[in-house]
Amino acid sequence: MAERTKALPLRAEIRRQLRRRRTQGIFTVIMLLPLILIGAFALGSEENDSGARGFVDLAQDSGANLVVFALFASTSFLLIVVVALFAGDTVPSEASWSSLRYLLAAPVRRERLLRQKLIVAGLFSVAALVLLPAWTLLVGGFAYGWGPYIGPTGDQIGWPEFGWRLAVITGYLLVSLLVVASFAFALGVWTDAPLAAVGGAVLLMILSAILDSITALGGIREGLPGHYAYAWADALSPTVDYSAMATGALWSVGYGVVLIGLAVWHFLRKDITS
Amino acid sequence: MASARAKGHRRRVRSGCAAFALLLAGTAAHSAPAVADDAAVTETALSITGTPEPDGRPVDLDVSILTTAPSTPRPAIVLAHGFGGTKADSAQTGRSLARSGYTVITYTARGFGTSGGRIHLNDPAFEGADARKVVDLAAQRPEVLKDAGDPVVGFAGGSYGGAISLVVAGLDPRVDAIAPAFTWSSLTQALFPQYAVTAPPTALADVSPVDQTGVFKQRWASLFFLGAGGREQNGTGEGSDLGLCGRFSAELCQGYLQTAESGRPDPGLVRLLDRSNPERLLAHITAPTLLIQGETDTLFPLDHADANLRGLPASTPAKMVWVEGGHDTQIDIDALLPHLEAWFGRYLKRDGSAPDTSFQIAVPKTSLVGQDPDQDTPVLTAASYPGRNSALQTSSFPLSGGAQTFISPPGGTPAALTNLPGTGGALGTLSSVGGYALGVLPGQSATFTTPPLTEPVTLAGSGSLELSVTSTTPDATLFISLWDLGPDTRTTPDPAGRGVTATPGTAVLPGLAVAPVRLGGLRPNTPQTVRVALPPVAHQVPVGHRMQVVASSTDQAYAVPSGTSVYRVDLGASEQLVLPRLQASAADPTRLDVPMPLVIVVSGLVLAGLAGMVLLWLRRRHAHPREDLRNTPLLVQDLVKTYGDGFRAVDGVSFAAERGQVVGLLGPNGAGKTTTMRMLVGLIRPDSGTIHVHGDPVHAGADVLVSVGAFIEGPGFLPHLTGWANLQAYWQATGRPIEEAHLDEALAIAGLGAAIHRTVRGYSQGMRQRLGIAQSMLGLPSLLLLDEPTNGLDPPQIKAMRSVLADYAASGRTVVVSSHLLSEVEQTCSHVVVMHRGTVILTGSMAELTATDDVTLVGLAEGSDVEAAQVVLRRAGLATVVENGVIRATGTLPRSEVVARLVEAGYPVESVDGRRQLEEVFMSLVGPPGQEADGTDAVLSARSADG
Repeated sequence: MAERTKALPLRAEIRRQLRRRRTQGIFTVIMLLPLILIGAFALGSEENDSGARGFVDLAQDSGANLVVFALFASTSFLLIVVVALFAGDTVPSEASWSSLRYLLAAPVRRERLLRQKLIVAGLFSVAALVLLPAWTLLVGGFAYGWGPYIGPTGDQIGWPEFGWRLAVITGYLLVSLLVVASFAFALGVWTDAPLAAVGGAVLLMILSAILDSITALGGIREGLPGHYAYAWADALSPTVDYSAMATGALWSVGYGVVLIGLAVWHFLRKDITS
Repeated sequence: MASARAKGHRRRVRSGCAAFALLLAGTAAHSAPAVADDAAVTETALSITGTPEPDGRPVDLDVSILTTAPSTPRPAIVLAHGFGGTKADSAQTGRSLARSGYTVITYTARGFGTSGGRIHLNDPAFEGADARKVVDLAAQRPEVLKDAGDPVVGFAGGSYGGAISLVVAGLDPRVDAIAPAFTWSSLTQALFPQYAVTAPPTALADVSPVDQTGVFKQRWASLFFLGAGGREQNGTGEGSDLGLCGRFSAELCQGYLQTAESGRPDPGLVRLLDRSNPERLLAHITAPTLLIQGETDTLFPLDHADANLRGLPASTPAKMVWVEGGHDTQIDIDALLPHLEAWFGRYLKRDGSAPDTSFQIAVPKTSLVGQDPDQDTPVLTAASYPGRNSALQTSSFPLSGGAQTFISPPGGTPAALTNLPGTGGALGTLSSVGGYALGVLPGQSATFTTPPLTEPVTLAGSGSLELSVTSTTPDATLFISLWDLGPDTRTTPDPAGRGVTATPGTAVLPGLAVAPVRLGGLRPNTPQTVRVALPPVAHQVPVGHRMQVVASSTDQAYAVPSGTSVYRVDLGASEQLVLPRLQASAADPTRLDVPMPLVIVVSGLVLAGLAGMVLLWLRRRHAHPREDLRNTPLLVQDLVKTYGDGFRAVDGVSFAAERGQVVGLLGPNGAGKTTTMRMLVGLIRPDSGTIHVHGDPVHAGADVLVSVGAFIEGPGFLPHLTGWANLQAYWQATGRPIEEAHLDEALAIAGLGAAIHRTVRGYSQGMRQRLGIAQSMLGLPSLLLLDEPTNGLDPPQIKAMRSVLADYAASGRTVVVSSHLLSEVEQTCSHVVVMHRGTVILTGSMAELTATDDVTLVGLAEGSDVEAAQVVLRRAGLATVVENGVIRATGTLPRSEVVARLVEAGYPVESVDGRRQLEEVFMSLVGPPGQEADGTDAVLSARSADG
């Protein structure tokens, strides 16, 4: 029998996922987010006479500021849900449609199936995480102008420097969400239940955030998934301190390798009864 | 600060390691660096003779020598304590430096602790001479390194101890390096500050006051005076009732009391203070000098360090560092250790590090959105101090405000409140509008404001501007400050069209500092232009904020005139605020500081992951095909599968399927058919046994599965796709070219018509079933596995299915159909494998199983005497039994003969059959329902009967 490594080509997997309502829903939410933000600001702009300028005031300074605000607002939950959906749902949804067994019997090697699924989930996550800032920047630029980014301490980051910073931020967000993706993925492979995978990953991050708020835990907190979630803000200082981002990325990659390794190990031995 | 960062780093290293160790159950390597060694520091306490008091009384000084190696000559650092302290204050810093390889000498200055004598405020003739005696001591001690007979010795200290460092370096050429911190250049200017200046600044914090004593800094002076040592402790036994003056020298005390009572400087005090000013000695200092000054210091503001630096000879290596802290917050010298070690490392240890004459400045920022306590204050570095070896650059900002008239209130109250000296910066947190309301009193101040900034401005050092002052009295006392104001609170427009007084959203007074200006000899009611320096600060004003110069007639920290005046203050001709411009970059540009154990562990994990991938790739086994089975489409041998819960679903199943056969896998629900089917395509791993398809072993994802089409336990489709798209998506997933799919044939089998273009979500069960079977036939596999294919199909469809399967097998391919409906399989299959409770109880062709020569089934007409007919047959040597009204005759007699005997005997034979129903066969093997207990025996006996 000839070597067959072409099973489940990425193109095929992308088509499988692209036409799903879930995928379309996520991208719709991302496309709507900046519009919703701008609309909300427009509604609330007359009401603020509390004095000190808040993040919301700052967000309306420029498209760049709107991007940072949107990322800030979505880091703790939206991005986690998006990534958890893409990565966590991909295997158990096939199991729940009973199509997993037909893919495996097609045959698609199990490690290859996981690999292709992971790559495509990664591609969709990248697309979502690139689309969010890019689209927000575009929309925000038209709404609030193309001025420089103005930080909470009044530091300015002009163009094209801000573009580079945004690329660093997006890259870091992607790596830091690897822990979410791999946990959701592993959970999905383990349980065959899409809800368990996505919900479990989101729950993990919420629990982790709760533990993270207990300062008495001290240094252990640094190992909690999501502890370094906001480290990307360091990329908005006049000079970038990469320490926290690098540390966060390392933790995330470490967890990612372990969790994906466990998922593959389990899936290779698993009896497919779905 | 840097040491705090280093400690934080170590903490992170260890905790990171611990957490990962938890994760990996202890596989992480613990390689955290050891915390600073606790080498024992030997302290030798001794007493040396200091300079006698003017009245001839001897003075002893309390000294300690700290070292980790008493026998080794090492460079010496003398640590001088702050005002009101003792040598014990320096012990912690001393121990740290001793561990770094220095011999540290600490001593208690005269007038404090157990040292004798009185306080002369670092008078070179007393405290200065004492310090030289400490250098003498260093020259004698074996612990101290000598260079050509001279001791290698440096001086460091904060505040009072910083001033003595400057004084001794100016007096004694044996001093090799000094690091004075938080100290003064002129006590006169410190206690009677005057910020009316003669000329625009030449250096960053250059305040060159006019020759007129300034405003008495009453609150600080009181604190300073009350802080005189010996008030509580009088270890020398002398002066147990020192009274009001404490251990101050009598002249100093007298001068202070005069001043405090009048609020104006006593000439005698000024003369004495001038003796203590290091500025007179600066020109003699050749020792490399590290000047450290605090940014929150209204006692000795930054301009004192500036004056000290400018006073040094140009050839003296010097570096300026402005740090957070100062007398208003904290002046802990321990926090400066990294600076000290770097400086003394170069000039005492001569460690060869590059000369450093740069300028370092910490620049606090106003947060636009509340304070962020976690944020480190950014530290900027300039190649040199602007004004020393480089020109000072300035920027101008337009001010507006117009002439404003205000009063100096009678009795000096109410007075503006900008700072509470001695409370550790208690007002520092009051950086909001509240602070502005206390510090800028309406009717007592004039304000001049810049437009909102379009880019951030770093306030570093002292700005200046020209003011035109008109006073109703010959004297005028003003307090000039520079505020950072946020955008005004948004207010609804006044209906009358008059603007409502807007208040700034935020207001910050950098350094909580004001610049007192005292103008004398004015001609009443005649404007006079004066140049004033603003208080030197370090602060960043964000975009959108405004800078506001405030001229106030009062300030609670100072002695203000009690008489009443009316001032009219306007901007000078230039109407510009001139600020020094600092060309500096962040001290540590791009930082990357990652715990090393984490890097190692994660790298290890990634490598392990890569190794795992390689292993997986290598493991793609090319398991040994069996050449002898090349022509056998399917051979199953001794399959066993026990599920995790102990249920043995399949127990030794063996069968084969040949080309052209339609093999029925039969058995009731739970017989193990589906499990077997799943094993046939590698979905479930058998515990033991083998499956070969065309001689190739089957395992999960085996390549040979390409030639197997499967329909297992119902269809599986992506509900959001149409039937057509599903077939395409499935075929795409196989990665094979579309031409091999034979989609048209599959579509014909599905027979869905136009419904093929609807989403599967809306299909009936039968439609899905047919689509699933069609999917399994895509590519026309040589082995087709169908598990319960007729579920959900109506009778005509079942009939059509039968012919499809028959045709499929007729083309030389092989079909395996599982079903629990025996009658169905009977009509479809050429061969059957009967399973029951995980075992195969019967295999063979339909003909073999059901047609037998020795069995004849005879059906008689209604009402016939079956019993009598049996007797006839028994007589012929046949065994008979009646089943469902049909006589079953077993024996060697040919079938025609059996019928003939009955007909002869007159029995009306209606039917004769040589075949048994499959169900009948099955039931005969497993026994009727309810006798499950002996089912196994039935199977065993059936097998032996078969054999």
